[in-house]
Amino acid sequence: MDYEAVIGLEVHAQLTTCSKIFTPSSTEFGHGVNELTDPVTLGMPGCLPVLNKKVVEYAIMLGLATDCQIRKRNRFARKHYFYPDLPKGYQISQYEEPICEHGNIKVRFDDTVRSIGITRIHMEEDAGKNIHDPRSGTSLVDLNRAGVPLLEIVSEPDLRTPAEASAYLKTMRKILRFLEICDGNMEEGSMRCDANVSVRPVGETKFGTRTELKNINSFKFVEKALEYEIARQIAVIKAGDVVIQETRLFDSETGTTHAMRSKEESADYRYFPDPDLPELKIQKSLIEAVRDSMPVLPEEARTKLIEVYGLSEYDADVITAERLFVDYFEEAFQICSNAKATANWLTSELFGYLNKEAIRFEDCKVSARDLGTLIKLIETDVLSGKMAKVVFEEMFNTGKSPEQIVEEQGLKQITDPEEIRKTVTSVIDENPTQLEQYLGGNDKLFGFFVGQTMKKSGGSMNPKVVNEILKDELEKRKG
Amino acid sequence: MSDITFKSVSEIRQGLASKEFSSVEITKAYLDRIEQHKDLNAFVSLSAEDALADAKLADRKIASGEAYSLTGVPIALKDLMLSKNQKASACSNIISNFISPYDSTVVVKLKEAGAVIVGKTNMDEFAMGSSNENSAFGPVKNPWNKECVPGGSSGGSAAAVSARLVPLALGTDTGGSIRQPASLSGIVGIRPTYGRVSRFGIIAYASSLDQVGAFGNSVKDCAEVLEVISGHCLKDSTSMQLEVPEFSSSLDSAIQGLRVGVPKEYFIEGIDPEVKVSIQAALTKLESLGAELVEISLPHTEYALATYYIIAPAEASSNLARYDGVRYGKRAEKASDLLELYMQTRSEGFGDEVKRRIMIGTYVLSTGYYDAYYLHAQKVRRLVKRDFDLAFDEKCDLIACPTAPTTAFKIGEKVNDPLQMYLNDIFTIPVNLAGLPGMSVPCGLDAKGLPIGLQLIGKPFDESTLFRVGHHFEQATEWHKQLPPLS
Repeated sequence: MDYEAVIGLEVHAQLTTCSKIFTPSSTEFGHGVNELTDPVTLGMPGCLPVLNKKVVEYAIMLGLATDCQIRKRNRFARKHYFYPDLPKGYQISQYEEPICEHGNIKVRFDDTVRSIGITRIHMEEDAGKNIHDPRSGTSLVDLNRAGVPLLEIVSEPDLRTPAEASAYLKTMRKILRFLEICDGNMEEGSMRCDANVSVRPVGETKFGTRTELKNINSFKFVEKALEYEIARQIAVIKAGDVVIQETRLFDSETGTTHAMRSKEESADYRYFPDPDLPELKIQKSLIEAVRDSMPVLPEEARTKLIEVYGLSEYDADVITAERLFVDYFEEAFQICSNAKATANWLTSELFGYLNKEAIRFEDCKVSARDLGTLIKLIETDVLSGKMAKVVFEEMFNTGKSPEQIVEEQGLKQITDPEEIRKTVTSVIDENPTQLEQYLGGNDKLFGFFVGQTMKKSGGSMNPKVVNEILKDELEKRKG
Repeated sequence: MSDITFKSVSEIRQGLASKEFSSVEITKAYLDRIEQHKDLNAFVSLSAEDALADAKLADRKIASGEAYSLTGVPIALKDLMLSKNQKASACSNIISNFISPYDSTVVVKLKEAGAVIVGKTNMDEFAMGSSNENSAFGPVKNPWNKECVPGGSSGGSAAAVSARLVPLALGTDTGGSIRQPASLSGIVGIRPTYGRVSRFGIIAYASSLDQVGAFGNSVKDCAEVLEVISGHCLKDSTSMQLEVPEFSSSLDSAIQGLRVGVPKEYFIEGIDPEVKVSIQAALTKLESLGAELVEISLPHTEYALATYYIIAPAEASSNLARYDGVRYGKRAEKASDLLELYMQTRSEGFGDEVKRRIMIGTYVLSTGYYDAYYLHAQKVRRLVKRDFDLAFDEKCDLIACPTAPTTAFKIGEKVNDPLQMYLNDIFTIPVNLAGLPGMSVPCGLDAKGLPIGLQLIGKPFDESTLFRVGHHFEQATEWHKQLPPLS
């Protein structure tokens, strides 16, 4: 019998707000242990939470980007468990009333597009980190991360293969990054993913018993963990056993999963509405203001690149990998008005150099303006394609503008017909043998004269004008 | 000198302004009196040095004409109010050595107004109790009879004001913890509307019910201190964005024609006959002052106590989860792993009543019980509130009734019977469930010479009417001038 998997993902996205979700304490990266704490973060007696408005705006933004309904009346709930990285003994989260519900996103995978449902998105606070020292047998607690805002994004069980799950995750990351509300770095933990997975015989409509996979902390591991777990569940069923509903941890060293806790021993979180936070009412005007401030989304950008700019799907996919690329493309295009050339220069030349030199796009010295200008210089015959590549290399290395480089190196393309005619006639005069053969019918030698002319001018003459004048001069010699 | 400790706040202010005495002198006088009546066990920590420094500063401000309403006036805080660099233990062993790194909003406001904070008063552990017998620092004695309790949970504050150890003290009232001890200790106690005073920096018991208020020897004194501590606070999302009226300036406005609702459900069996007689006399007095008595019904009153004992423990079990031995306070020393650390720290750190309420609260929030208990209680809470809404909409401008069913009882008398103990708050709890303001004013003494309190309940954010009516009642009676039999 064939089996299929049913997968749903829970993504935790750490938001890039300047301050924490319930206190003005900073969220900046790279501070010393427990430096980003205050009485509220530490769960001191008497402290109260005050909601960060930015978090609400970001949640609405993601809700709109994923076609969710935004709940007008929201409540925060307390989720209780004891752990040293959880200062208050409860996490402030949302439970029965999440801010966003009933959405979906388009996921492109293997030339198909699938709509994957978003069950809910809710706001909550992050916990701190426990640091265990096995040698001394002690544990230390760092609460810098405690209270950093998170959005938990729960998908419907609409995914069927590990590769599809991975594509969903990448799409979600792309959306978060386009919105600039989360940097989506799984390795650093600013984006985390748990997976719910079950298997069932193909054709069956009921779900099998699911397990929850935790500790999947890189994109690479999502597929690996799911593949292992699906195979494990199928093997369990084929052996005549039943899958147990439990939480399993993925071990990236061995590529396997092992049971953490079963449903029976699962914690009772004793959720109840947080009495310190009044009901959060979301006005229509706020939703509209957020909608108006929304940047372009990856799907919209992709459609625009294909339909408005006439780019290939491949180019559109490459450019929409990051919002920065799209912005860069648009800015360069504004200057040169040649979409295809812009796409080519961006995806082959610029990306090629960045790759070769292992430089991050953010650190690239070539501004979009300058790239656009460079293309414009080619378009207006100031530079030949060949010269442009030389100029580009200089731009890449020095960050100088193309105009400055052209000026400094005297790289201007010669288009003056008189000057070109002079060179062309001298080339013809200097090569009587080839001229004779050409006049005798060897048309191929036309290329030889072009080459010689270009060589003589150091490649600085406009090939189109050279062609025309050469033809004209050779015609004359035919008498 | 000792008579300066028997002055009202306005008399103190006049005395300070006219240089009859200095703030340092009056602060010393009160500190001496606190020492003299140490046996009451009203205070758990004193900040004499800081208080005298603040008094000195206050004297300079008075001299330079920069005085505010409470400049140079001593005040005591319930031990769950945080004051920077001072201890705040909520009278619990679990944080008995906790020193606050920050000021609560009420402390900020008191300091801005120039008040001199002399120390922290005894209380039931985490404000859970009605007799002040649940304190890690031992029970407080009632100044009227040292064998009796002063009421609770703000028993130390009530006893301190009653015994004139301070002219003013702050307390908190979650189920009656200001009004009931005010009644049992023969003083005035105001619990304002939920949201009137910031809870930031107040160690939480039950967040949706807790509210800071004040004790004084007169309605006017209470009105003056409430003016200072009230107001919207950016650090407390449940505090209301409302102007704070000048409560003390409208005390004399007429009460002619005010309709005083008398809830029939508050004169039930179990109420001490002497209390009943005194309350009826007080009602008659109000009528003679021009108020109109109207019988009203608050039909869900009988469910209030049970409702409270689900909601308050539920919130408490959550609020007290932070006392885990990890970051501050007590930590069990012999624990060998994390679970043991939690269990031992909390077993050793919390007292019996606190444990009882944590267990009740944990139970009512558990999966499978949540709907039957917590959710149900929330529904009943809304019905209790609606009773008041209807009464205020249709029948009356305020409500008058007893504060507590009995006068002060003996220390130890009810400690082994929690249900009997809980019944003490039967008349005060509905106010908390509905989030209303309530005040207790002295209205009599029983045959044993123990005080009786009249409770006035107002519309939301209408403390002004309570103060006005209370003040008129005071002017027409002598009860608030009665003093406990202390030297």
